[in-house]
Amino acid sequence: MAMDESVRKAILGAVPSLRAFAISLCGNVDRADDLVQETLLRALANIESFQPGTNMSAWLFTILRNHFRSEYRKRRREVEDGEGRYAETLKSQPEQHGQVEFREFREALSLLPSDQREALVLVGASGFSYEEAANICGCAVGTIKSRVNRARTRLAELMAIDSAEEFGPDEQTRAVLAGGERP
Amino acid sequence: MNERKPLGQSKTMESAATRSKNNTAKHGKLSRDVQARLGQQLRAMYDDVVNQGVPDRFSELLDRLDANGSKDTR
Repeated sequence: MAMDESVRKAILGAVPSLRAFAISLCGNVDRADDLVQETLLRALANIESFQPGTNMSAWLFTILRNHFRSEYRKRRREVEDGEGRYAETLKSQPEQHGQVEFREFREALSLLPSDQREALVLVGASGFSYEEAANICGCAVGTIKSRVNRARTRLAELMAIDSAEEFGPDEQTRAVLAGGERP
Repeated sequence: MNERKPLGQSKTMESAATRSKNNTAKHGKLSRDVQARLGQQLRAMYDDVVNQGVPDRFSELLDRLDANGSKDTR
């Protein structure tokens, strides 16, 4: 049977965002692209379990996330210190990302526990609602909310330590803020 | 302690202190300013990847699978 054109379109349409999510999960572009490819293969092998009319993107995100989790668990059994390895992966290949300006932010993000990182990315960047993110991660909405809050708090701490100046308002904005503060 | 500080410079100093406290997020409650900035950076980083579009390997993969009649190739 030929692939339905609308299915093909929906899948390809989700790919850019899936890649961005995958990179934020594993911190490595090549690994992320493999993860996306494995996700697409799984999705197409199980396409009959996708309900037409529902959110294709959320369905693919769920598959990718679960696949990453099971791979990640497998790998962690082989290599202890999964988080540290993630941070190291980042440091070993900053040029590959070609985005020096995000490096500091990426590093801070890499220091978050992975459940907080994925919650923050799903809600703060992928544009999913708390409910959708909870479905993708297979947890309660309240859990997602508290993970996002903790992620934000921790990120703010991490960013403030290294670069309170760069991260805060620039001088001009600061001056405006200081002068224009409401009583 | 609720000591009154001399008026004048205190207002600016207070707000600067509050802001820096919010920046280091000791209270788990972030100022909207900090949240907005974190959100911007996160989205900028994410969109940087999204804007790369669909790498050829993925459209080729779907073409290949389609040619195979959507059979599971693994």
